[in-house]
Amino acid sequence: MKIAVCVSHVPDTAAKINIGNDGINIDQSGVTFVVNPYDEFAVEEALKSKEKFGGETVAISLGSDANKESLRKALAMGIDNAVLLKENGYRDSLSVAKALADEIKVQGAELVFLGKQSVDFDNSVVGQLVSELLGYNCVSVAVSFTLDGNKIICEREIEGGKEIVETNLPAVITCQKGLNDPRYASLKGIMAAKKKEIVEKAAFAADNYVEVISMKKPASKQAGKIIGTDSSAVPELVRLLREEAKVI
Amino acid sequence: MANKFLVFIEQRSGIVKKSSLEAVKVAADFSARLSGNVEAVTIGNEIEGLDKIGAYGVSKVTFFKNSELVNYSPSAYTELISKFAIENGFDHLFFGATSMGKDLAPYVSVKVDAGLAMDCVMLNTNGSEIIATRPIYGGKALIDVKIKSPIKIFALRPNVFNPGIPSDNKAEVIVINADNPNLSVRVTDIKKAEAKLDVSEADVIVSGGRGMKGPEHFHLVEELAQILGAASGASRAVVDAGWRPHGEQIGQTGKTVSPTLYVALGISGAIQHLAGMRSSKYIVAVNKDKDAPIFQIADYGIVGDLFEVVPAMIEEIKKIK
Repeated sequence: MKIAVCVSHVPDTAAKINIGNDGINIDQSGVTFVVNPYDEFAVEEALKSKEKFGGETVAISLGSDANKESLRKALAMGIDNAVLLKENGYRDSLSVAKALADEIKVQGAELVFLGKQSVDFDNSVVGQLVSELLGYNCVSVAVSFTLDGNKIICEREIEGGKEIVETNLPAVITCQKGLNDPRYASLKGIMAAKKKEIVEKAAFAADNYVEVISMKKPASKQAGKIIGTDSSAVPELVRLLREEAKVI
Repeated sequence: MANKFLVFIEQRSGIVKKSSLEAVKVAADFSARLSGNVEAVTIGNEIEGLDKIGAYGVSKVTFFKNSELVNYSPSAYTELISKFAIENGFDHLFFGATSMGKDLAPYVSVKVDAGLAMDCVMLNTNGSEIIATRPIYGGKALIDVKIKSPIKIFALRPNVFNPGIPSDNKAEVIVINADNPNLSVRVTDIKKAEAKLDVSEADVIVSGGRGMKGPEHFHLVEELAQILGAASGASRAVVDAGWRPHGEQIGQTGKTVSPTLYVALGISGAIQHLAGMRSSKYIVAVNKDKDAPIFQIADYGIVGDLFEVVPAMIEEIKKIK
């Protein structure tokens, strides 16, 4: 079975985000980029699936040469092949999904893993879009995944619980924290990944439906009052919550 | 442009979600501002009080009914909503950005060929079209977006928009039997978590961090949450340490929340945590370290030992409740 995993290359969650001079992009200076954290669960699930069911794994990333770093990480963890769909400009989620779906079709993958969202634009929609474009079934925000023959059973996280979802291959699964514990790349894996070729292709062209007009920082919240340093401050705190904030 | 608005009404166990009422109100307001009209659509088997959503601004609800649709089915919902939207010429579709809405809206967007603005926290118009504001980078920045495709989908973050005061209006409910639904993806069961209230839907949240010193002390978080009618949350550090389940994690790789009151106990305030809760209306922080970043955004702070302060808070609030 051919298994694909899509990885995005995003600012570290510890990074400070500042707006660039153009007012529609972030200022990338001093920002460290990493594999999207949720995509690590996707890579791990692809590797586990290959170990169980055999086949071949391919990692796909859309973006600039910088994305090779995230693809190398996927290779170092054990993914067999990597494809970079080259794109330097902005794409909305649907346009990203069209390029990924196009490559997944070329690869002939019938099981696809993605992170449940990229921690840059936080849309949490690309996996679902890819599945619908391909006519595949989809389970999003999966915290468990089992495959038996063609049949898939997943748990997906919802408000205050989990849904048990049943479907069949071919399928797209978007991965939530809790699905697995991503492995560390071994030294051998890291060395092997350096030698592997990353196939570069032009990304499938698609129009953007969603245009970014402006980007801004949220209004900064002002520091409030320090009411005290021990439990003697509690009555005043409760009074303020009750009378000033009117929240209790 | 026709400006025909359609709101998807989400039900769980036959009860309409509050986030759907928020979406109805927003869609009704904007359809009026853009000289359009608005309807609603829902899917399920038995749904309570559907006509009452008329109180939030729609006059007509179409209800696709089938006993096999008691639970969510992404494939069936996608087909029913997309077909209904296309056949009736709806060009503005609204969803709540709940776990169901986040799953469903993108499938529908492909089927109806629409651009999608997910997790909107504010909508405006420039006179003829809607401009949506949505958080990115876990809330560290915001973008304004415009959807250029003829059909547009907006998914609204729950708990942000005010559903307003309900009127006495009732909606006309049109029931359509949804025969042979496409169940290629279907929910077969729902497991409720032990926690009563989810952080993403809570109006008050009490969160614990590393300063709680161990999972055995989280009963303090839970007790305070209970008397405040709050959900319990957690920082990434304590979730990663295995003290608390991931569903409670607040921050950039957990849930982004905007409750009326957020109480941070023993949370220093890593940048990715602050991003996920800074839009809370009131923030209370209890932490030993006076230099903890959480105090920079807290409305009320106590620099002290939470093991002494929190029991006192519980006692004090009990007095007034």
